Amino acid sequence: MSPTTRQETLETAAPAGVSGAPSPGTGTSRRHGWRARPAGRSAGRKAPVHAVPFKVRWRRDWQMVLMMVPGVLVMLLFAYIPILGNVIAFQDYQPYLSIFEAPFVGLEKFVGLFDDPDFLDAFRNTMVLAVTQLVLFFPVPIILALVVDSLSPRRIRNVFQSIVYLPHFLSWVLVITFFQEFLGGAGFINNTLKLLGMGSIPFMTDPSTFPLMATIQLVWKDAGWAMIIFLAALSTVDVSLYEAAAADGAGRWRRLWHVTLPALRPIIILLLILRIGDILSVGFEQFILQRDNVGPGAAEVLDTYVYYSGVIGGDWSAGAAAGLAKGIISALLIWGANSLAHKFGEAGLFQKKVG
Amino acid sequence: MTSLLNRKAPGLSYSPTRPAWKEKPSLLYSSLKALIVVGVTACIGLPVLVVFATSFADNQQIIHAGGYVLWPTHPNLDAYRTLFSGNLMIRALGVSAFITVIGTAIALFVTILLAYATSRPVLFGRPVVLAVLFTMLFSAGIIPMYLMIKQLGLIDSLWSLILPGALGGFNFVVMRSFFMGIPGELIESARIDGASDWKILWTMVLPLSKAVTAVVGLFYAVGIWNAFFNALLYLNDTAKWPVQVVLRSYVLQGKSMAADQLGVAVQAQPQSLQMAVVVVALLPILLVYPFLQRHFTKGVITGAVKG
Repeated sequence: MSPTTRQETLETAAPAGVSGAPSPGTGTSRRHGWRARPAGRSAGRKAPVHAVPFKVRWRRDWQMVLMMVPGVLVMLLFAYIPILGNVIAFQDYQPYLSIFEAPFVGLEKFVGLFDDPDFLDAFRNTMVLAVTQLVLFFPVPIILALVVDSLSPRRIRNVFQSIVYLPHFLSWVLVITFFQEFLGGAGFINNTLKLLGMGSIPFMTDPSTFPLMATIQLVWKDAGWAMIIFLAALSTVDVSLYEAAAADGAGRWRRLWHVTLPALRPIIILLLILRIGDILSVGFEQFILQRDNVGPGAAEVLDTYVYYSGVIGGDWSAGAAAGLAKGIISALLIWGANSLAHKFGEAGLFQKKVG
Repeated sequence: MTSLLNRKAPGLSYSPTRPAWKEKPSLLYSSLKALIVVGVTACIGLPVLVVFATSFADNQQIIHAGGYVLWPTHPNLDAYRTLFSGNLMIRALGVSAFITVIGTAIALFVTILLAYATSRPVLFGRPVVLAVLFTMLFSAGIIPMYLMIKQLGLIDSLWSLILPGALGGFNFVVMRSFFMGIPGELIESARIDGASDWKILWTMVLPLSKAVTAVVGLFYAVGIWNAFFNALLYLNDTAKWPVQVVLRSYVLQGKSMAADQLGVAVQAQPQSLQMAVVVVALLPILLVYPFLQRHFTKGVITGAVKG
């Protein structure tokens, strides 16, 4: 094929037999084949013969492929090559050796985790925190959404929504600082108690109440944000259902129970399943910021364990093993949760990212 | 007769904001709702107010009130003057501003290109999208990331805070689902007119996507501004610390800002100084929040549903 202009190349690529002035429809598909392709693909799954040969598609799409290069490069460098770097979990890695020189030790590091009381603590804390979050955090956005949805003057509703979304955009450092300033040993509440001649209460440093404290912090930061998805679901409820229920004599609470909650049920089930799939991730910065004050006995979670045993403690391979195990189990759980969500007839994947 | 007409049915009095079928809210119900609204607002607003107020308050009032004030009686800028007289905070602000602005620009560039290219059924489009989605499901973990950054020689470089986050999976999904909504005919007609894909993106698609670009850009900016752990992990050099890490060590961990770090003797009450640091970290978010808030719900719901 001689070097031709783009226009001519694409003309040659057109299916043979079409000559003369084509209709607009065939014109576009000849030009690109973009819209023709997906249909052809789904129709002919068993015989994936592309209507347009690779060379022609390359000529057509090379600019688009070029646009993918920066993104693909970032992905390779900071996602996929590091994933391969997890190979050190199967090695006895030392910083002075390179990954290629480190001796392989098989699953030794994974087995070793179960003999490490710190790891078992971290695992237990993660589970305790996840369950506390599930029980105490999960209902709050639903209740908040019901309240917001029933606020009648539009202005008040909008202002209130703006206020409750705000904390989501504050960093964990700021959030923990706020809590420290209010509830810490020298914070607002305890200073007031002291002025009144009473003893101080260790809200922020008591390991036994830490799961509760951490969940309250999470509620403060993210309950408003998590409400968005429920508000969206509430806005789709058919008003005539309420009207009909009211005409049949259903009061406010009966309408809530028989109309609103059934309308929210699919989304509640979906988010619940996805949360359970994500159970090993309870947060990271929140705990690393408070680990020193509360102590690792209560505030060490799987993610902080990886950091402290690997980067700080120097046992890189054990840290990587813990991280890898967590990553694989999480991915499987999320995948399983999604399949479950699909079984319930929901279009699930990545909806969890809202929370 | 008139009395009968004027008599209202119980619980069905007319109100312009309430549909006819809805009963009049009972006192208990209204007050419960008001309590929730006021309570939630106070929980969020009060800390912000106290932090601002204390940072402007004078020493005597702070000592008298036991550390925190709700409203400064003699507002002054001493804390800020002390804070900005040394170069610790100015440097931290410079670092944070640099990584936020450059980082957002790079991230937008990378994300827009990839999202646009994969929003059309082009060569390699499908596998690349799947590859991005997979990174949302499974991340490499802290240690391999650290080793990678080290291998690239980015330890103690500000690029370690910018490059790894240049492609956010969620932002990619939001962008891509928006681009997918742009009618193919529009783009095809431009191609027929001989425009290159780059030109189509730049002169046609982007002007149509101002709102979504703004939201995604602000998501990136807020994320970079708020990030704290990556700086702790990758930067050993305290001179390169961004604002969040400074906030952590001087306010949360209570390290004193020594005279040598600030460059001057500390004049303001440490409490108001600490609160001034908090305000410096908080203010940029409060300033961009109104712009962010105008669009984000739509973006979030699109991204969530179409992912």
